[in-house]
Parts: sequence; C-alpha cells; structure tokens
Amino acid sequence: MNDRKYTGLLTNPGTVAMAEIPVLEYPEFRAFTDRLMGEEGTHCLTYFVVPQEDKYRFVCCMAADENHEILLFSHEQPMEPLPSLPSLTEKHFQFHIFEREIHENFGIGFPGHPWLKPVRYPAGRHDPSEGMNHYPFYTIEGESLHEVGVGPVHAGIIEPGHFRFICNGEKVLHLEIHLGYQHRGVEKLFTGQQDFLKQSILAESIAGDTTVGHSLAHAGVIDTLAGLEISQGLAIERVVALELERIAVHIGDTAALCTDIAYQFGQVVNEALRTIIINTTQLWCGNRFGKGLVRPGGSHYPLTAEIVATILKNLDEVESRYLQMASKLFSLPSVLGRFEGTGRVTTMQASLIGAVGMAAKSSGMYRDIRWSHPFSAFVEYSYEPVMLHKGDVWSRAMLRKMEVEKSMEVIRELLKRFTIYDLRFTIEENPKSEIRNRKSEISLYDASLAPDSLAISLVEGWRGEICHVAVTDREGRIIQYKVKDPSLHNWMALALAVRNQEISDFPLCNKSFNLSYCGNDL
Amino acid sequence: MPFKELNIFRRHGRQYVPDLRAAALPAIFRGRPVISAGITADETLRLSRLCPVGAIGTEPCSIDLGRCLFCMECAFALPGRIIFTNDHKMAVNVREGLVVKAGEDLPLRLDPAKVRPEVRSLFKHALKLRQVSAGGDNSAEMELNAAGNVNFDMGRYGIEFVASPRHADGIVVTGPVTVNMAEALQITWDAVPSPKVLILAGSDAIGGGIFHNSPALDRDFLSRYPVDLYVPGNPPHPLTFINGLLDLTGRK
Repeated sequence: MNDRKYTGLLTNPGTVAMAEIPVLEYPEFRAFTDRLMGEEGTHCLTYFVVPQEDKYRFVCCMAADENHEILLFSHEQPMEPLPSLPSLTEKHFQFHIFEREIHENFGIGFPGHPWLKPVRYPAGRHDPSEGMNHYPFYTIEGESLHEVGVGPVHAGIIEPGHFRFICNGEKVLHLEIHLGYQHRGVEKLFTGQQDFLKQSILAESIAGDTTVGHSLAHAGVIDTLAGLEISQGLAIERVVALELERIAVHIGDTAALCTDIAYQFGQVVNEALRTIIINTTQLWCGNRFGKGLVRPGGSHYPLTAEIVATILKNLDEVESRYLQMASKLFSLPSVLGRFEGTGRVTTMQASLIGAVGMAAKSSGMYRDIRWSHPFSAFVEYSYEPVMLHKGDVWSRAMLRKMEVEKSMEVIRELLKRFTIYDLRFTIEENPKSEIRNRKSEISLYDASLAPDSLAISLVEGWRGEICHVAVTDREGRIIQYKVKDPSLHNWMALALAVRNQEISDFPLCNKSFNLSYCGNDL
Repeated sequence: MPFKELNIFRRHGRQYVPDLRAAALPAIFRGRPVISAGITADETLRLSRLCPVGAIGTEPCSIDLGRCLFCMECAFALPGRIIFTNDHKMAVNVREGLVVKAGEDLPLRLDPAKVRPEVRSLFKHALKLRQVSAGGDNSAEMELNAAGNVNFDMGRYGIEFVASPRHADGIVVTGPVTVNMAEALQITWDAVPSPKVLILAGSDAIGGGIFHNSPALDRDFLSRYPVDLYVPGNPPHPLTFINGLLDLTGRK
C-alpha cells in the first residue's frame, strides 16, 4: 500500500498530528475499509467520533498484525443535519459495536446495520428518553420456546449485567447480553481535567482486575504525548507488573472454573496459589491489585534486589504447584467431560466478530499485541503467542495454563536483564520506613502534551487487547479520550458460545471468558 | 490414584490465617495514615490541591478515609509529614470516624454505643449478606470473594455471602452507585427482610471515589438509609472487611 489513504504508526504507543490523518470521502473510506478487511491479520482497534466546531471527524484505527503497524484514517461529516451513513457492519460485523456506540452517543444513523442497539446507556447520550428498562430485546414467537432472564444482580459476588436467554427446553437458542449498569462516565472524566495523577487513578479504576493493563495503556498515551523517554528498567518493571497480573487472574480463573464444575479440590488449591501472586504484588507496591504501581513517566515503586528475589522465589513455588494441579485437572474424566466441546466459538466466528486476546487465541487466531505491536519491554523481547484451535471451554482453560507458563518465562528473562536504572530520578527516603522511593525531579503530573495530536496506546492485558486513544486540542489539552477494553469485542463471543448449549452450562461458559462488565460500561 | 492428590495436598499445607484479629500486613501495605502534628498551613494547602479526590481537608489538616484512595501521593509529595501505616483495621460505623486529623495516631475504632441493638442480638452468631456491585470496578468484589476463601475463611464466624436477598440479613454495596444501577440496588435492598444491615465496602461506595463528581452517578439510595458499617480501602483488604464485621456484631 503506497497511496496516502492512511497514516501508519510503527511504534506502540505512538503519536500523530491530527492533520496527518487523511480525511477520505465516505465511499472511499468504505472501500478502503473493505480492502483492509480483506487482508490477513487486519482488524479494527477502535472507530470513534471527535466532535469539532461544526463537524464530526470519524477516526478509524486498524491494526495490521503482520506488518506490526497501526493504520489511521478518517472521514468528516457535517453536524447538521445529523448524518446517516451506510453501515460498515453489513459487510464487516466487527464494526457492529463501534457503530452502535457512535449511534448511541451522537444519534448518527447507520442504515443497513443489523443490530443497532444500545451499548451502555451512557450519561449525556443523544436520546436520554429511554433508559435501562427499555432495552429492545430480540424475541422469537413459538409455543415450545420460553425466555429466561438473569440479572442484573447475580447469585455470586460479581458485577451486574442482564442476560436474556431464549430456550427450547434446556437448550439455548439465543442469548442477548444487556449491559450498561456499571456505567460511571469514565471517558468524560478523562477530558474534564488535565491532571495526569487523577487520570492515572481513573485508568486504574476502569476495571480493577486489569488495574495494571489499563494504567499501563494510559501511561503509554501520556508518555508519548509528552515525549517522555522510558528507560529500559522502567519498561521492564511495567511488563513484570503486567505479567504478574495475568498470572494471578489466570490462576484465579482456573479456580473459578473448578468451582463451576464442583471440583472443590482444584478450586481451593488454585485460590491459594493466586493469593501468593497477588501478595507478591502487594509486597512490591502495597496493593494486591497493583494500584499505584504504574504512573506516566516514572514509578514510585522501583524494583529492589529483595523484591526481585521474592518474585523469582514465589514464581518457582507457584509454578511447580500450579503445574502439578493442572496436570491432575486436565486428566480427570469428570473435568474433561464438562470442559471438552462445551461453548465452542469457531475460528470463523471469532474472526467475524473481531475477537481479541484469550477468546481469539483459544479459537485458532494468532492475535496478541505483545507479538504484533510490542510495547514497553516487549519491544526487545520476541514474544510468541500460544494458540489453541478448538474454541471450547477446555481450550480457554488450557490457554490459561499455557499463558501462565509463558508469563513466568517472560518475567524470569526480563528480570535477568534488569538493572536498577536512574533516568530523571533520584533516590530519596520513602515515607514508609524501610522502603526506598524514587522521586522524580520534574513533576510528571504537569508535563505538557503535544497539541492537535492523537496518541494511541495498545496493551495486551490478560483478557486481550486494551486500546486507549487521546486527542488533544490546540493547547495540548485532552479533548477526547477513548477506552477500549477487550470485553467490548468479546461479549459477542460469549453470546455465540452458548448457542445450542444446555442453559446449565452457561455459568461455565461465562467463567471461561470472564469478561469485564465495568470495562465495557466505562 | 490418590498419590498425586496427596502430594498436592501436602504442598498445599495449611492455608488459613489462624487468628484474623491479630493478623498483620507487610509494612508496605497502605493502611491508616498518620499526619504529622507539625504540618504547616502552606503544606496542607499544597496537599489538598494535589489530592485527586479532595480527601484532604484544611484547618487542621485531615484525611477523609471515606474518600481517600490510598494512592499515597500526598506522602510521596511530603515524606515525613504524612505516613501510611500498615494498620488495616479501619472499618467504623460513624461517617465522621473516618476522618484522620493532624497529630492523631490512634487506631480507628467502631463506636459500640452507636450500633443498633438488634444488630448484635440477632447477627452475632450468624450473618448472611447479599452483595450488590453498583459501579464497582471488580477489585472490591474480588476482595469480598477472597474474604470467604481458603485463606481468610470468614465462614468460620458464621458470616457468609448468599445468593438471594431473601436469605440475607443485609447488603454490602460496592461501587459509587451508578444511575443505571440505582433501581436494581433499591429492589435488592427492598427484597431483604428486616431488620437488616447496610454496609459500604470501599472508598468508591463511601464517598464516590474518583467518580465522585460524575454525572453518571445517582447516590440518593445512600441518603435514604442509615449505614451500619463503612469499610474504607481501594479496594478494602479482606482483613479490613472481616475485622469490621466482627467489631460490628460484637465478636471478640
């Protein structure tokens, strides 16, 4: 591709001037999208609207995995009258969620969209006349059919969401997932102020189980917009934190999968192992989820020789016990009987909906940002994703085990390369007695950002691809902030997985994905 | 066949924390803060501007743990003036009890005189709770789950989370309470038979946290009913939560 239909970014995170992003006519934009979608390994990262003085600028960010590139292109529409654009979703289903979001926020029409339904009922939406109780559920008439509604409040201690099943006897014909209950107005809060500390904490709260993933994506956005150089040491620390988060959640989810098939032994053993990992994170930064660990430009919690030794020791301990447990788990006929063939998502379906992360990798798609768009310390580490093909609960459970092993390998290798770094930092006495702290010489929280620019930052969190995008105005203030949690794509994978399954297998299928409600609702 | 299991069992060992009342967390844990008595008005003003959630008050300098997200940025900005101790026992039953003032270094304690008598007479030996996440970010929810796990085993006190509000003696709210969840929260509360307790877990639930000024919140529910226990933290540690419940129900 050598025409100027797009601007390509070869770094992650990366910044580009808004003026550099080509503005295409809508038919050209569609044709170009068609062309990109026909290429192997290309998918939509995010597609959103930046309202400008008298027009809407629609920006599309696509990932070209094979070329390790991020492609940016756009089109513009007048604000008045409200635009109506032939839907991209008709041909490329993975756009369904982005067009729905744009429709919900701005009222822009997408004729031809087969499923133009609300995403989250956000504050400040275009049409506030209808609320949570008016969701237009799909219905099927039939004497032998019945509907089952579950939620928003569920039986366990989990977040709220409503699931509406259409069943024939015990068999699920259709599941519709109605979310939005967790909507806290995250994206708007990013733009209301220019306080990077506040933003960083906000990023940590997007989804608490992905604290490190989201705060790392945000730090990437600010680092690149402010032109901050990240030292190799800091890059390593960030990845170690990210992989510890992945290990903890994958082991915790292994426990939860055991719970859902009533295998209590597997549950308690895995729970205890997860505790060791999150307590390791706590020993590092004082919080079991890593809140406060990642900040733009620097860190309050430098790795010390003692912490490195503790991490390595605990990894060894957890690894041998986890693998022992996993070998038992994956050899039990009663476990395999529940896992194998349950909740299948085919490669075709995963590709169609633009699945990312675990949901993609367990369905035969080679999609992992650590490989395709390396960030932080992955730039100098050639990560090879693990992949499975069957797309069932077994694959999603097994993928967790394989990723735990891979992440441990990553941490061990990176810590070998780690040396205490000092770039722009001095060591000072820490407010907490025996712990030492690096304090920045410049205040990281009031750096100035590149004006009229767009910054994009991708991180492979434990669920998959996290994408943060910020757009700045003439003064370098953030006027638009877009957050994409991998769940935004993958909820549709769950809906497809339970088709033609026993409704009693729903909890198991749901847990095998473990998608984020708050990450979707924002 | 059972040898493999026995080996896993052997290495699993004993996981439970034997004495939850005496359990201590590592020094780095961010718990109850202490503000130096010598903090100046200028320093206080600087910190109150820095605090991302407006938890720092002036005259005298104070930190409201119902808002504080324990990010510790104030302590990083002025080391020596503010210290976050590893004291995890922070749950109280009076909202004002969460405000730590300069020069105070006392454990936060629940006020037994303000506990409703029926809470102790009815729930001392068994307390069943229904959890409602109303915009929680899933970290507080995971810690509440952990309170019942093999390590903390709150079930040993007869305290458990149950599936139905009909089976519950009260609810534990996490999250800042969103507009979209307000009605479901109310319905769940109404479904719990009286007498019942209301517990707020996490700074998000108590003060709105980082979302406190978001238009997507509707916190009216919280002004309609008396709160029996405030459990601060971001998220609250299982030990903070369990010790708070033991204090509330009058257990040793």
